[in-house]
Amino acid sequence: MDKLYDVIIIGGGPAGYTAALYSARAGLSTLVLEKMAVGGQMALTGDIDNYPGFEQGIDGFTLGMKMQQSAERFGAKTEYDEVVSVDFTEKIKKIKAVMGEYEAKTVIIATGANPKKLGLENEDALTGMGIHYCAHCDGRFYKDKTVAVVGGGNSAVSDALYLSNLAKKVYLIHRRDTLKATQVYKAPLEKAENIEFLWNTALTSVIFDQKVIGAEIKNLKSNQTNGLALDGVFISIGRKPASELFDGVLNLDEYGYIVADETTKTNIDGVYAIGDVRTKPLRQVVTAVGDGATAVHFAEEHIHNF
Amino acid sequence: MAVIELNKDNFSDILNTDKKILIDFFATWCGPCRMVSPIVDEIADEHPEFIIAKIDVDKNPELAGEFSVMSIPTLVVIKDKRIINKATGARPKAQILAMLED
Repeated sequence: MDKLYDVIIIGGGPAGYTAALYSARAGLSTLVLEKMAVGGQMALTGDIDNYPGFEQGIDGFTLGMKMQQSAERFGAKTEYDEVVSVDFTEKIKKIKAVMGEYEAKTVIIATGANPKKLGLENEDALTGMGIHYCAHCDGRFYKDKTVAVVGGGNSAVSDALYLSNLAKKVYLIHRRDTLKATQVYKAPLEKAENIEFLWNTALTSVIFDQKVIGAEIKNLKSNQTNGLALDGVFISIGRKPASELFDGVLNLDEYGYIVADETTKTNIDGVYAIGDVRTKPLRQVVTAVGDGATAVHFAEEHIHNF
Repeated sequence: MAVIELNKDNFSDILNTDKKILIDFFATWCGPCRMVSPIVDEIADEHPEFIIAKIDVDKNPELAGEFSVMSIPTLVVIKDKRIINKATGARPKAQILAMLED
């Protein structure tokens, strides 16, 4: 333990690096703990068209690197280390990670969210082997094959559209009879002839024999079960907050989001939650970066009175 | 040690070794691959006891097929010409090193 930081930020996505930028630029000693690589969920997104300032759009990975560099320009540091536990019981906050231990006056949590699993029996075992969560990453392995997308929101529809350009056939399996997706996706969806909607339907199991060969689906209205021959399943049913570390430490809501209002303050003084891990109405890159600035505003106040 | 860019012509050459080989199957356009790539580079620099290689799946579909790669990034560890570990998806450095320690 060699240093007491003013601000430690857990998570190197857009929220985290915006907090790092504001914090370092305000002259506070700033460390970002990132378990793997910068950018967070954003880095897994192909093109981002709704982050202003990039008139042609920008790919999420590049934007993540730019955000990191913006923060580093003012002296923010990054350690690639995975946090395993936190101790927020005292004034000086302690963070234990795989490779080291860290201390700070304030902690800003920007751990984001991960894709939600469907809860199938063999889901983990088949991930990457027929069950996928990233259509843009793995879609190309299904050229001229048959796939299913599970979900009905924007990301499910965008995945289905992307896959329809590669696969022979795309089933869109949705529990309801209407899509939650916004209007902008509807027209291209109607044009895509190889997308078939399976409404009021749940995917209940994936059938594997050396490789994925099909799925069992159930109509939720009639309770009838059917088999569906396919080569791969893309699950896109939303996200769950990466807040396991803070269960029992901070107040979480029923879905696991860290409870914090627009001030980003959690129930513990000097601890803030920003970006997708926080309770908020809209989870976007632009709302995440706003949180980052807000958290540092209050962290500065806390440090001033430390 | 430098990372070896593998293709179907030089692939069999690297198998004749006592060292464990880590292969990163990637594509240039894939976000999680771009996350893992610098970590793999770092491991190559810090761990000369391993052979570290990458395979671009777009340029080498036959090698990707041979290893049943259906998701990228896929990391494969080979020892004595046998696959001893395989994992898909981006993962932290400590986890990749653990795959090599097994």
